Amino acid sequence: MQVSKEEIRHIANLADLIIEEEEMDSYVLNLQDILTFANIVNEAPVQGLDITIGTNEAEDVFRKDEVKAFSDTQALLQNAPEQEQNMFKIPKVIN
Amino acid sequence: MEITELTVHELQEKLKKQEITITEIVGAYAKRIEEKEPEVQSFVTTLIEEAKKQAKEIEEKVKSGEITSDFAGIPIGIKDNLCTKGVRTTCSSRMLENFVAPYDATVVEKLNQENMIDLGKLNMDEFAMGGSTEYSYFKKTKNPWNLSKVPGGSSGGSAAAVAAGLVPWALGSDTGGSIRQPASFCGVVGLKPTYGLVSRYGLVAFASSLDQVGPITKDVRDSAMLLNLIAGHDEKDTTSAKREKIDYTKCLTQDIKGLKIGVPKEFFGEGINPEVKASLEKAIETYRLLGAEIREFSLDIANYSLAAYYIIACAEASSNLGRFDGIRYGYRTPEFSDLKELYKKSRSEGFGPEVKRRIMLGTYVLSSGYYDAYYKKAQQVRTLVMNEFNQGYNQFDVILTPTSPTVAFTIGSKSNNPLEMYLSDICTVSVNVAGLPAISIPCGVDKEGMPIGMQLIGNKFQEETILKAAYAYEQQVNFREQYKPQFKS
Repeated sequence: MQVSKEEIRHIANLADLIIEEEEMDSYVLNLQDILTFANIVNEAPVQGLDITIGTNEAEDVFRKDEVKAFSDTQALLQNAPEQEQNMFKIPKVIN
Repeated sequence: MEITELTVHELQEKLKKQEITITEIVGAYAKRIEEKEPEVQSFVTTLIEEAKKQAKEIEEKVKSGEITSDFAGIPIGIKDNLCTKGVRTTCSSRMLENFVAPYDATVVEKLNQENMIDLGKLNMDEFAMGGSTEYSYFKKTKNPWNLSKVPGGSSGGSAAAVAAGLVPWALGSDTGGSIRQPASFCGVVGLKPTYGLVSRYGLVAFASSLDQVGPITKDVRDSAMLLNLIAGHDEKDTTSAKREKIDYTKCLTQDIKGLKIGVPKEFFGEGINPEVKASLEKAIETYRLLGAEIREFSLDIANYSLAAYYIIACAEASSNLGRFDGIRYGYRTPEFSDLKELYKKSRSEGFGPEVKRRIMLGTYVLSSGYYDAYYKKAQQVRTLVMNEFNQGYNQFDVILTPTSPTVAFTIGSKSNNPLEMYLSDICTVSVNVAGLPAISIPCGVDKEGMPIGMQLIGNKFQEETILKAAYAYEQQVNFREQYKPQFKS
């Protein structure tokens, strides 16, 4: 299994991560190693088998769509890196 | 025996007979933590002063009859990926270094309802990704049996703290072996319940279709008691199962005559340390003496399971960890020019190398062109694994394997080789892939005195069967009386 630096850059961009140039070689090697191993799934005798998403999902779960208010605004906002007037603050997104 | 050596059911007996008090119990743990925690390094956050204060209050309320729970005043330690209102929940990550959850996880709420006392939040591999607790951002937890060895992971802090007597019992979480493998490495009992038996609400998500919360305890009875407290449907977790309440201590009898135990030969082959194998063979002999029917069979799924596990777990992690963006909570980079750079830099600086590696891997297997070859195939393998286990349970009540192919390894020996670290999960991951319950109990030590663990896997929601089997063995062998952690350095 070969992984190129270009692919690593593409995947990092999709995942919103920055891979520094000096980390690049070890990412290429680690991912190649792991993907080569993971490729065993393609040798498994799974022809005709359905996929399984979860092991305990025999029935759909329904509940009433009721709003339950969470009143402790301060407990939520105290974790925000930056806040102003009870709002999360982010950099300008429209120029 | 010292207070900190007692199991919870022993503490309860002494409390009932008024031989000890709640403040004495908490005091004994405070002293033990002061003495031994500097060596073991199992906590991210300790709550000693709060615990002492709570102990006094609860003691008063028990005296006045206001509180009647048998668990009132019993201390516990909680893995640091379970949300605790007002106490930081870090997941051992820089990303959540200062995160204080605005609510309690359902399992934590259940413990609070019993007026139990939280001694602190326990160390783990960052976001539960790892098998040695070396990937914690804060510290490396040491194995109490030998301080140069890892405690296992990812619930390494929980297992080490229980083994070292720093907490009487603890909660862990298990996505691919993270309760059972550290329990095995530290010579304690770890139970991973059936997927859906315990609510995941307030457990910081790693891989949602695999994660389960479970007990790490000194013995099997404590395991059953803690499972009693945390099991049950929760409307806040749609994957939690609606089932009749069971008292898991009722099944703890020593009569296992006729119990059918399957031994999958593939789990005893290449890669299993000979001393681990010998110890397991001795345990199998013990089961035979106890009247169980033992038969070898073929369950050739270990490698497929492991590969499928890493594909699925990383895929789910890459999605779950997408929420960490430096906006509403968690680490935010100090310097950025626009929103995209804020996201990228916050995530790259906030996550450690293993977490980034898994996000990358997960993103890769979900990306266009690879989805069918990896992710979809892994989901089909999941069906295969479930089918194979189902066939096993047509013949057997319990499937017996080693918990880990080796005993605890030396700190630093695998941390630079991710694939090698992954391969050490070979005995545990298939249980999560199939959503089954499994328990790890100590069954011996190797030449250097390091504990060896045995894994008993049950069919879905058959916790009673594996608890009963584990209990019968434990009563026969009495591991705790024979071996104790030596804190060798």
